[in-house]
Amino acid sequence: MRKGVVFAGAAVVLAACMAAGLMVGAAGLPLKGVLLALADRLPFVSAHSGLTPLETGVLFELRLPRVLLGAMVGGLLAVAGAGYQGVFRNPLADPYLLGAAAGAGLTVTLVIVAVGDGAAVPLAAFCGAAGGVLLAYGLGHTATRGGGTATLVLAGVAVTSFLTAIQTFLQQLKVEELQRVYAWILGDVGGGWEQVAMCAPYAVVAAAILLLHGRLLDVLSVGDDEASALGVRAGRVRLVVLVAASLATAAAVSAGGLIGFVGVVVPHAVRRLAGGSYRVVLPLSLLAGGAFLVTADLIARTVLAPAELPIGVVTAFVGAPFFVTILRATRKVET
Amino acid sequence: MTVEITDVGVDLGGRPVLRGVTATAREGRWLAVIGPNGAGKSTLLKAVMGLLPHTGLITVGGRPVRDLAPRDRARVLAYAPQSPLLPPDMTVHEYALLGRTPYIPYWGRESARDTETARAVLDRLDLTGLAARPLERLSGGERQRVVLARALTQQAPVLLLDEPTTALDLGHQQQVLELVDRLRRDDGLTVVSTLHDLTLAAQYADDLLLMSGGTAVAAGGPGEVLTEDLVTRHFGARVSIGAGPAGRPVVHLRRPTG
Repeated sequence: MRKGVVFAGAAVVLAACMAAGLMVGAAGLPLKGVLLALADRLPFVSAHSGLTPLETGVLFELRLPRVLLGAMVGGLLAVAGAGYQGVFRNPLADPYLLGAAAGAGLTVTLVIVAVGDGAAVPLAAFCGAAGGVLLAYGLGHTATRGGGTATLVLAGVAVTSFLTAIQTFLQQLKVEELQRVYAWILGDVGGGWEQVAMCAPYAVVAAAILLLHGRLLDVLSVGDDEASALGVRAGRVRLVVLVAASLATAAAVSAGGLIGFVGVVVPHAVRRLAGGSYRVVLPLSLLAGGAFLVTADLIARTVLAPAELPIGVVTAFVGAPFFVTILRATRKVET
Repeated sequence: MTVEITDVGVDLGGRPVLRGVTATAREGRWLAVIGPNGAGKSTLLKAVMGLLPHTGLITVGGRPVRDLAPRDRARVLAYAPQSPLLPPDMTVHEYALLGRTPYIPYWGRESARDTETARAVLDRLDLTGLAARPLERLSGGERQRVVLARALTQQAPVLLLDEPTTALDLGHQQQVLELVDRLRRDDGLTVVSTLHDLTLAAQYADDLLLMSGGTAVAAGGPGEVLTEDLVTRHFGARVSIGAGPAGRPVVHLRRPTG
């Protein structure tokens, strides 16, 4: 019963954030006009929005893809973070701690420096993110047989440092490309319909797989031995969730660049509100992550208007202090 | 269901931890595995549970454990580790419900019957009042009963308990062991447990298996295994062993004199 209320509340918050994202900007759009214009696009519905052609263009070509991409990227990062946390039994596990971000950063820098062509960026980010996580996973797995939780996170940190070092080297080699690399690394969700279309299929597949593993992640939370004693192949479940979470990360990173802290802040806030069961944490993170990033993007593009702040700056500004709070709370539980 | 352990060996990290262990836990009886620290007691339990690869043969109800699919294995063997990991914000009912995992398909969810089974077990262990409480807010004794509840929800005929009385005071030790014994008799369960307290082991178990240095050094009834000679030799302790209630031995530590 209470679960239903929480889900409905999260959906309402997401809808409200998306509506605000559509209305606010250099050209303010009225709520009624926006809703009518959206309704008009539905099949069998005809409504007169009262928006000028210019406003309609802003709504459908700029704001709508931006809000959709923001919601998708935020939801993916948050649900991937929750998935990683379940796999590693570590509330601090996050797409960025596990080598995904650094991997993508490296491959994208490589593409920008070597090819100079923007079209290959999404694919490069995708390969880099997946490669980074696999590298961290492989390293953590071989370092200790079976792969302890701490080892895997430490391996992620090592992989991140190593890949970032190469990336920085490449970037300094070609100073003229510095600004493009930085713009991508700091992230933005203004990629338009093309990015939305590219991201959507991965988003649907990855999110569906993750959401369907909520019960098994709850079983894993009692430890590998006991999960095995309960008849669950712990290693296999982990691998499936790990691949799905990496797919979600890669999709989010290739469409939105490197946006930190969403994957750790959102699932943690969700746990505080609705308890620790992954059956609740995963779907709620998807909704709340979307709302969080749409709001962050709204702040990023209005606070210094007409200039735009990179969205990663906004999420880090909110996320870093939050991260420290979680760290302190975790330490208290452990001691 | 009878558990038969025949010439079992386990290597951990290339080091032999168990060698040539043979023992039997007969249907409906309680086998206590005793021995000094590092004797391989927990390792033996994990091998029986199928958590560690082993040489030799372990059968449950005549079927080799290593041939059982994980879910089938979890329907005949329930296991409670020495220090179970209790997710702090999981409720007692949710935790007990995990015991139904072997009956739920990979993509499935609990049926009404699973929920009912968990509820009935909590009721039986007087835990109904705690059903909605998060695990982090339980006392040591409550915690042990909750872990037992999860194992019972599995409805497996064999219960493997690794040191079920660790970190419990005298009263709670007795309470937990009495509970296990009652469940064993009521449901005809086979119980295999490690126990570090020799007197408790002698009080509750039908059969004892004394392990030392990774091998089984003695097996039989409490009176046969708990002799001053064997305990002195394998525990390095000076003890005197007296006769307790129902002819079960009681082990006293004796301080060296002079």
